[in-house]
Amino acid sequence: MVEGFRSPAESTYWWIQGHTLFLMIHLLGLACFLYIAAKRLRPLLRAQADVRFDRPLQRLGKVFQFWLGQWRHPRYPAAGVIHIFVFAGFLLLATRAFSLILGFSDNSVSFGLMGRIYDQVREYATTVVFFCMVILAVRRLVFKPARYAVPPKFGRGHTGDAVFLLALIAILMLADSLFEASKLAAQAQQGQPAEALAFLSLPWMLEGALFAASWSTLHTIYLGGYLAHDLTFFFLLCYRPFGIQFHVETSLFSIFFAKLDHGTLKPVRWGIPDEQLDQVKSFGVKTFDDFTWKHMLDFYSCADCGRCSDNCPANSVGRPLSPRFLTIKARDYCFTHYPVVGKAGNGVALIGSIYSEDEIWSCTTCGACEQECPLLVEYIDKIVDLRRGMVDEGKVPQSLQKPLKALESRGNPYGKMEKKKADWTKAKEFHDDCQVTILDSGKTAETLYFVDSVTSYDDRMQAIGRATAKILDRVGTNFGILGAAEKDSGHEVRRFGEEILFMALRDSNSEAIKASGAQRIVTADPHAYNALKHDYKDLPPVEHISELIAREVKAGKISFHPADKDKVYTYHDPCYLGRHNHVYDDPRSVLDAIPGMNRVEMMRSRDRSFCCGGGGLMLFYEPKEEERIGVKRVQMAAEAGANVIVTACPFCMTNIEDAIKVAGLEGKMTAIDLTELVEKQMVREVSNESETAVHGG
Amino acid sequence: MEILVCVRRVPDTSENEIQLNAAGNDIERDDLVYSINEWDNYAVEEALQIVSRIGGTVTVATVGGEDDEEVLRREMAMGATHGVLISDDAFAGSDARGIATILKAFVQKGKYDLILTGVQAEDGGALVGGMLAAMLDYPFASLVNSIEVLDQKALKISREIAGGNKEINEIDLPCVLSIQTGINEPRYVGMRGIRQVASIPIPTLGAPELGLDPQSIGVSAAKIQRVDYFTPAMGKGAEMLQGSREEIVEKLFELVAAKGGLK
Repeated sequence: MVEGFRSPAESTYWWIQGHTLFLMIHLLGLACFLYIAAKRLRPLLRAQADVRFDRPLQRLGKVFQFWLGQWRHPRYPAAGVIHIFVFAGFLLLATRAFSLILGFSDNSVSFGLMGRIYDQVREYATTVVFFCMVILAVRRLVFKPARYAVPPKFGRGHTGDAVFLLALIAILMLADSLFEASKLAAQAQQGQPAEALAFLSLPWMLEGALFAASWSTLHTIYLGGYLAHDLTFFFLLCYRPFGIQFHVETSLFSIFFAKLDHGTLKPVRWGIPDEQLDQVKSFGVKTFDDFTWKHMLDFYSCADCGRCSDNCPANSVGRPLSPRFLTIKARDYCFTHYPVVGKAGNGVALIGSIYSEDEIWSCTTCGACEQECPLLVEYIDKIVDLRRGMVDEGKVPQSLQKPLKALESRGNPYGKMEKKKADWTKAKEFHDDCQVTILDSGKTAETLYFVDSVTSYDDRMQAIGRATAKILDRVGTNFGILGAAEKDSGHEVRRFGEEILFMALRDSNSEAIKASGAQRIVTADPHAYNALKHDYKDLPPVEHISELIAREVKAGKISFHPADKDKVYTYHDPCYLGRHNHVYDDPRSVLDAIPGMNRVEMMRSRDRSFCCGGGGLMLFYEPKEEERIGVKRVQMAAEAGANVIVTACPFCMTNIEDAIKVAGLEGKMTAIDLTELVEKQMVREVSNESETAVHGG
Repeated sequence: MEILVCVRRVPDTSENEIQLNAAGNDIERDDLVYSINEWDNYAVEEALQIVSRIGGTVTVATVGGEDDEEVLRREMAMGATHGVLISDDAFAGSDARGIATILKAFVQKGKYDLILTGVQAEDGGALVGGMLAAMLDYPFASLVNSIEVLDQKALKISREIAGGNKEINEIDLPCVLSIQTGINEPRYVGMRGIRQVASIPIPTLGAPELGLDPQSIGVSAAKIQRVDYFTPAMGKGAEMLQGSREEIVEKLFELVAAKGGLK
């Protein structure tokens, strides 16, 4: 210790003994924080149940990957890397902060060599965090990345709040560094053997600057630095639960309790089996208290980084939905109705107050927001829960009521006759080439091809059905279809919030599938695929046709004629095949097995794929938008230099083919389904003599 | 306000392929799906909205058979307070006047301030509403596309006039109105809603309960008999406009303007 320097605890601040002053600050700060935290916990205790304590090891794995490992941050390189620095800095400095606060001094952890190494690391951490704050403030104030902008309809901008927070953290770093630098400067002045500060660190620079200062100035800075650090620390602690900075505390829990099962939807109410749903008085989310506690925790954890909305297709075409503000509005509502001081408010209907009906219907459930969120905030379950609430109150757009009614009476959204479900197999040319067995009246097959409504009834999409059947036939699959007994998979019915209708469709299909005796199911519709795989129970294994084709190509059972030389192909990942089920490589490997294939990737591909506009019932919805989502997607393909968009979903085909026309790219761009391309390029008889056949794989 | 809405169950035109039966005097009804007549659904929604503003009850009634209970349940799931099935073998074969006679008897059993019907049924001729009003000696307005309750004695309504114009009327209560589609946005009713009203009893009233003389209704009283039913032969196909995009647009513009579509 420096001659004459008293530690803050032993010093006197304005006639108050340092020890007493700091004890008061600490107790008061801690008490305030605990009080606020308890208030913030209150809505969570009144919320709906949620099952989040299962599979703890898997959850810990998520914590390591997404919290400690900051896995998703570098998806946005600049902000991501800075965040990693700040996060690492905070972790390193946490020990220091606690030692400073608990010990009222600076020498409780610095013992021996390890202590000195820690000190050096810590000094650099302080420096890095400090300069990161400067960079971030400049970013916010000068460069203003578009994703932080707040559209006027969502209120005032958030830049002020953000810069205030950055400043607080910078002050914390500066105070700590001044505290340390002043002491060492004094030591150096007195010619004491001082421990060396980390070269080029903030304390090191400040020490240099302070070297000429008088002893009393140094002592004042020393005591002032400690006080400033202490006050800022506790102010920050109590300020954090009032905004985006709360994620410092909540993110660990949000990530631990994150959703583990992709492609699934939460049940109407956790813990209530289907057969008891009739006794549930209200479905879905109508008031704030109808959210589950985990979903409320999500609202607290959102860091307002805007990555969700930056990737949201609905947001990008001006639909009235921004996932970011879905969360921010709910959090603001929560803060207002569950205030820190005062009484908790009564449940106001969320639709009509903070949310609009159109906003909630605008979501295509593509999952881009969830894929991007560094904190694993969930959106689809919330959207679906809000829709369940609207459906329960009869608030369903007129354009969706007819298809829903038709699904109820005819089992498909078009209101077509059940007996015509298999008519696509009767097309003359196709029927001469390939006969499809209908698995009724006791007929059975090893594989069931689940066709689903759009492929069965839509004139254009029937071609996908026929291509799929031909491929199955060519590779020697013993397969059949359900025909009239097959109802819509109900995938979008469920995602549009009509749970009871979905259950009726599911039960009817499950029974028909079981009666068919099939050992496995294959489908060319990713929506049906996701439904059968995740929304149905106890079915034979389900595969998407692209997985089957990839396997057969690898096994040498399928070989291809060379691809058209003038064509540049790009593969569009359907959301329910890619993002929701992680089938990214199989379709690409199939394409690449075609000799002479010229394939390019779009900027947004794989898990960053951009939705085509949405499938199923979304085709009936009339959104308020500035342009079509599909048009944007088609333009992305054009930018990539492609002239053929290959997809693997009938709904993507519908949207993309329409969008090609709307974008004025007719004649320059075409779309083809993977099954259609495979069927077209496939060598009919794979034999050794075949000269043109080139084995893929 | 006590409101009665007369509803009907009809084959859903959007979900059926209507084909003639072998006799050629009716459609093939084996593979049909039915739903509430679209206009009636708007009428029920309007009644519910009036009641939610000023209070009262909504009763839905239909003349038909056991199967027709389905549409009463659906409208009760929407929020209608009571459902009544008016059913009797003696009603079979009634023409529009017969149906109006039955409904008149039913109306006189209760006390309704306002009676709503759809403008027409999907398989009907927009006949019953007017006849019912005449039989009851109530004022009647057709093609109503907005209703404002002035007081317990009168309504201010608007009627749709050809060319998209509106006519505003005041009409005394009790009255009969036939409701046009588009007057509101009917709420959605799912299977869950229907299940929730599944156990509410729906009374059935027959000719004796309504004090109807069997001679005044049914096939014997019908003065109109359907003698044929056919789908007209397809006319000339669509006219394809030829020329450059600008020329096509110009021709289209002229055609639409000539038909009064543009002003």
